[in-house]
Amino acid sequence: MTMQSASGHALAVFDPPDGEALPDPLAGSDAAELDARAVSAWFGERKVLDRVSLTMAAGQVTALIGPSGCGKSTFLRILNRMHEMVPTASLAGQVLLDGSDIYDPGRRVTLARRHIGMVFQKANPFPAMSIYENTIAGLKLAGIKASRVEKDFLVEDSLRKASLWDEVKDRLHQPGGGLSGGQQQRLCIARSLAVSPRVLLMDEPCSALDPTSTRRVEETIASLRDQVTVVIVTHNMQQAARISDTCAFFLAAQNDPGAIVEHGPTEAMFNYPQDERTSDYVNGRFG
Amino acid sequence: MSTVLPGTRAAEAQDVPRPLQQLLEQQDYLFRAVTRVGGGIVLAVMALVGLFLAGNGIGAIGEVGLGTFLTTQNWAPETNDFGIAAVLWGTVQIAAVALAVAMPLALGTALFITEVATGWLQKSLTSLIDLLAAVPSVVFGLWGAYMLQPNVVDFSKWLSTWFGWIPFLQVDGVDPGSPLRDTVPYTASAFIAGLVVAMMIVPIQTSIMTESFRRAPTGEREGAYALGATRLGMIGTVVLPFGRGGIIGGTMLGLGRALGETIAIYLIISPVYAINFHVLEKGANSIAAMIALKYSESNESAMGALMAAGLTLFVITMLVNITASAIMARSRSGAESEG
Repeated sequence: MTMQSASGHALAVFDPPDGEALPDPLAGSDAAELDARAVSAWFGERKVLDRVSLTMAAGQVTALIGPSGCGKSTFLRILNRMHEMVPTASLAGQVLLDGSDIYDPGRRVTLARRHIGMVFQKANPFPAMSIYENTIAGLKLAGIKASRVEKDFLVEDSLRKASLWDEVKDRLHQPGGGLSGGQQQRLCIARSLAVSPRVLLMDEPCSALDPTSTRRVEETIASLRDQVTVVIVTHNMQQAARISDTCAFFLAAQNDPGAIVEHGPTEAMFNYPQDERTSDYVNGRFG
Repeated sequence: MSTVLPGTRAAEAQDVPRPLQQLLEQQDYLFRAVTRVGGGIVLAVMALVGLFLAGNGIGAIGEVGLGTFLTTQNWAPETNDFGIAAVLWGTVQIAAVALAVAMPLALGTALFITEVATGWLQKSLTSLIDLLAAVPSVVFGLWGAYMLQPNVVDFSKWLSTWFGWIPFLQVDGVDPGSPLRDTVPYTASAFIAGLVVAMMIVPIQTSIMTESFRRAPTGEREGAYALGATRLGMIGTVVLPFGRGGIIGGTMLGLGRALGETIAIYLIISPVYAINFHVLEKGANSIAAMIALKYSESNESAMGALMAAGLTLFVITMLVNITASAIMARSRSGAESEG
């Protein structure tokens, strides 16, 4: 695994701990294309997603929009295998990361999740850890050994990418829980970036934040473009319009599973929607 | 039209905090009275037990002197030659064996219940653990004496044969080379009593640890998994730090129970009134077991001596339990992620 330093050098930092025994078919350092094919999902008997196919282009920001309960968060959680954490959950279809299925039975779920990071609606730093430890928690969890210098570099690099460095550089060893809500959320972004993901999933990352913090997170997302593929679920139409390159509109009729009504370049989705329901939604007439 | 507040404040307005009172409803008064009485009774009973033990025991301690009482190993109140040293040592020894066995067992069980088992297995294990807590200690004692002991003495022997160079695992008076299966020196030991007590404190430790692990926030668990954590990694990063108070508190509550356990120990040990460092060796004692043993044959002065022993036990278990609840109450305060 290599990591791009701020100055553009490829810094060979870490060997995957399980590298030799099982070559990691998903490995790579660049943003990767994520391709969902005919994904359906169930919770118990209830079907919540019906054959959703969507290609999320490498290095672009894809926004998933739609009213509550339309399955977009479920879809997002399927993209890094968090869906199966729910005991009754099941799914059909494929999710291809650069052409290789993350649900392949021979594939490790931990590797898939390391390549496809996730930021949650509620910031969830590890409260027992300092800011520094939180940032590189992913290394510890993956059992990756790194020298002090490498860690220092990685902490600064990740916090800079998450636009948090200047605010916390003097108190790296204080608890992560002591930060404000917006800072905690950016710490979680930094934590996800520290394991060099190729895709970053964000589940309404700003819904619990004030406008200033929201703007900082949006700037962070904009600066990550090209380095990682970002897929973001948002309820905020303006946010989707501001930050995304492409957009997918999910909708579920009463008691029916959710599906994508329309997707395409954000500009087209907001200005010339083809479907009347999309037009109604993006113009705030329902949802 | 909006109003702009004047720059200078009205001088006549009193800017001091006013008393805040609320008129309680009849029901609230009643509720408060009932709960106050309940709480008061608990505290009063506790205080009365302490006072009773102190009132009856301090005289006996005074007769021999506190220093002698704490250092004498023998227990012969009729000749005024008695002290707590041997039985207190035995109590601590048995409790230590019990903790050393029960704590890892309870930790593993609690982690299995909360993190590995699902569905009916999780539910039935939880209720089984609670059922185990309801088994009377005399049953544990019988099980220990007639089922566990005959089966575990060979393990005791093996331990002392191979690890006898560790001083407390040594057993005197046996020849390890002897071909005869002589297990009698290994029976009725602090080790076996400790094993039985361990089985008795595993339930309370497990249920307290389970409760604290279960409350580890889903958000943090998912955060760890989303970083590519294995289940073990997630447990080490999220569940154990979160449950630390429960681990320590549960362990200490178990310790409190182990210190006070009576009848199971009484059924297993063969009582000695001398400090015995060898846990695997026949002969042990504990304060509670000694009180049960001597109670029926005591006259008034011997009773006072037993009261003094009871007072010692009361004070120690109180301290352990108070420490445990303090640790549990303070765990994770103010450190939780908001919301």
